[in-house]
Amino acid sequence: MKMMKLAALALAGAVASGPAVAELVIPDLSYRTGPYAAGGIPFSDGYQDYFALLNARDGGIGGVPVRVVECETGYNTEKGVECYESTKGEGALVYQPLSTGITYQLIPKAMTDGIPLHTMGYGRTSAANGKVFEWVFNYPANYWNAASVAVNYLLDENGGDLSGKKLALVYHNSAYGKEPIRTLEELAKKHGYELSLLAVDHPGQEQKSQWLQIRRERPDYVIMWGWGVMNQVAIQEAANINFPMENFIGTWWSGAEHDVTPAGMAANGYKALNMNRINPDMPVFDEIRTHVHEAGNAAGDGSNVGSVLYTRGMYAAMLAAEAIRIAQEKHGVADITPAMMRDGMEALAMTDARMAELGAPGIGPEFSVSCENHGGSGMGIVQQWNAADGKWVALTDYIMSDASVIDPLIEEDSMAFAAEAGVEMRCN
Amino acid sequence: MFYREAGDFKTSYRDDSQTFPISFDRWRYYAVLIVAFGVIPFLINDYWANALLVPFLIYAIAAIGLNILTGYCGQVSLGTGGFMAVGAYACYKLMTAFPDVSILIHVLLAGGVTALVGVLFGLPSLRIKGFYLAVATLAAQFFLVWLFNKVPWFYNYSASGQISAPERTFLGHAVTGPATTASAKYLFCLAILVVLAWLARNLTRGTIGRKWMAIRDMDIAAEIIGVNPLTAKLSAFAVSSFFVGVSGALFFAVYLGAVEVGEAFGIQKSFLVLFMIIIGGLGSIFGSFAGAAFLVLLPVVLKVIGVDLLGWPTDIVAHIQLVIIGALIVMFLILEPHGLAQLWRVAKEKLRLWPFPY
Repeated sequence: MKMMKLAALALAGAVASGPAVAELVIPDLSYRTGPYAAGGIPFSDGYQDYFALLNARDGGIGGVPVRVVECETGYNTEKGVECYESTKGEGALVYQPLSTGITYQLIPKAMTDGIPLHTMGYGRTSAANGKVFEWVFNYPANYWNAASVAVNYLLDENGGDLSGKKLALVYHNSAYGKEPIRTLEELAKKHGYELSLLAVDHPGQEQKSQWLQIRRERPDYVIMWGWGVMNQVAIQEAANINFPMENFIGTWWSGAEHDVTPAGMAANGYKALNMNRINPDMPVFDEIRTHVHEAGNAAGDGSNVGSVLYTRGMYAAMLAAEAIRIAQEKHGVADITPAMMRDGMEALAMTDARMAELGAPGIGPEFSVSCENHGGSGMGIVQQWNAADGKWVALTDYIMSDASVIDPLIEEDSMAFAAEAGVEMRCN
Repeated sequence: MFYREAGDFKTSYRDDSQTFPISFDRWRYYAVLIVAFGVIPFLINDYWANALLVPFLIYAIAAIGLNILTGYCGQVSLGTGGFMAVGAYACYKLMTAFPDVSILIHVLLAGGVTALVGVLFGLPSLRIKGFYLAVATLAAQFFLVWLFNKVPWFYNYSASGQISAPERTFLGHAVTGPATTASAKYLFCLAILVVLAWLARNLTRGTIGRKWMAIRDMDIAAEIIGVNPLTAKLSAFAVSSFFVGVSGALFFAVYLGAVEVGEAFGIQKSFLVLFMIIIGGLGSIFGSFAGAAFLVLLPVVLKVIGVDLLGWPTDIVAHIQLVIIGALIVMFLILEPHGLAQLWRVAKEKLRLWPFPY
């Protein structure tokens, strides 16, 4: 045991190039500028505030303070690379780039450098296969789960039959927006709906022609894979053509307050998926207000507490903090290394009891991560915007996604990656 | 005192027409090469390579390419991003189709493919000029990006539409892929840049370059004295696109490793490279380097100063960065419309007279 500790310490020293004080370094690749800032700001605020809470209330995690290193990417891959390179030398434990484009770049780098990557509900979907992607995690759910949850919800609404229905996917014309296409196509084969694809180019302010097409084709449902300024424009355009809002479902990156408020009352009834529940009255928010905001340590302007993306950013931080705690217990070291962090993430198990203990009862589904499964339970809820009250209302409990369609797709895509990158299977 | 022609005797025509007629310049040039090839590779780490030097080298290639077309031949192009995308996708298709071939050959072939595409889009330049040509090349930019998004064959039918560079080697060293060392990346890009810059320098001061400049200065007069506008303009498009294509291939394969066409090769990229040559100096190889360095290094320097040294919030620094770079661009254009290269020229003139100016 002592030898192991010594070895771990030596490793920590080598990786972190010997910081004088023990600290847990968490880089936050955020974007507070550019067309995606509306989503980037609340997420990053939540992410930082939670670690600030742990520092202020508990003195860090396991007695070791957390140091968040923020780096502005502007959702731009070149700046993302710069941020990654400039922070990795500080002993970064886990990266959460909040961008599918940056994730695709960091996956091979993180695999070589041995730093875990947590891409929560975004990034490369097939990273859910832990046998191939040792260093990448995308729990609690991924894009293909989201697509399937949306279709399952529609099935439920239509009495289990979608045949002959027309679905349109309005998507951000990037790796992010293209991710769900294959799943939706497979599901179309299975359930017999007709799928039309409408791409919106970066940054998404110009969508007139896409919505004109929707007006002409009159699909029964529109599903949206949007982010940033694209969301609010799409919702406004949908309102302009009088598309029934209750038949318009966004993914979980298209369902925050700032997406719907610009359209005012017209956005009433718009639906979106979510991977976590939103409840502005959770005890953890009060603790953040007292320990962090009143002490003057709020990230950003402190106005986002309890909003959809703030909650998700905080949830991401909570999952990271839990993984750190588990890693500390597992290895008996407080100042952990990225490799230990990876073990902690792989042993992560979130239960209702634990979430309540953390002050966030029911924030996410119960799930556990294993060597094979880095993707969590793959469940999502459907929420609806109530414009009069200015609130998101959860319509459903956690909906299961269709594993019989998704698992083979994940298997296929991850095996293709394994063959391309020469990865050996783990977990045997 | 040391910087003058006097005493540096030229005994042949060859000596007379060399690139650096002043011996101090020659030694400086060799010193830069020695440091670049002999010292930096041993000191470089991942941060310096990926955040500063490799992007600088790659953008310098692109800037030289655009400078040949716009600065030397006078044909305004806003299609640089699109042509870089052609280079990147050509390189990707070649890398995945012929995995055993050296990556250098793929990069050069990607440049060749881009040259063909460039000639194709250069054909309208025979009829239209100035702003109208700029709009035609803008069409190329949008068409090419749309094409690489639309046709799955170009990205090998991957689910996300991203292209990712697998590991490929040059002389047994990995140059692309995650296992590449910082020095391998740097040296590979540096070697290509040095060769291409040397080529560009010698093209632009030879027959072809003189034809380009004649077309730029007055195309009708050039035609009257016997310059064929067809070959001159199309050769400028071909050579320029070759450079831009090589830079696109390196940008994707060596620097980023994975790209998405709309994000990496959008219209912003075209403008960025155009700004580089305008700030650096139109019609100057040195200007291409200076402009690339200015626009690649300055944001990083400002970020390091603002965030790491002063500890300001990242969003404030990102905004201030835009303000400062914008202000500097405006200032440069007012104070020195011919770019950094002209500043350099003026400095050299002054230096020749130093310490006894008249």
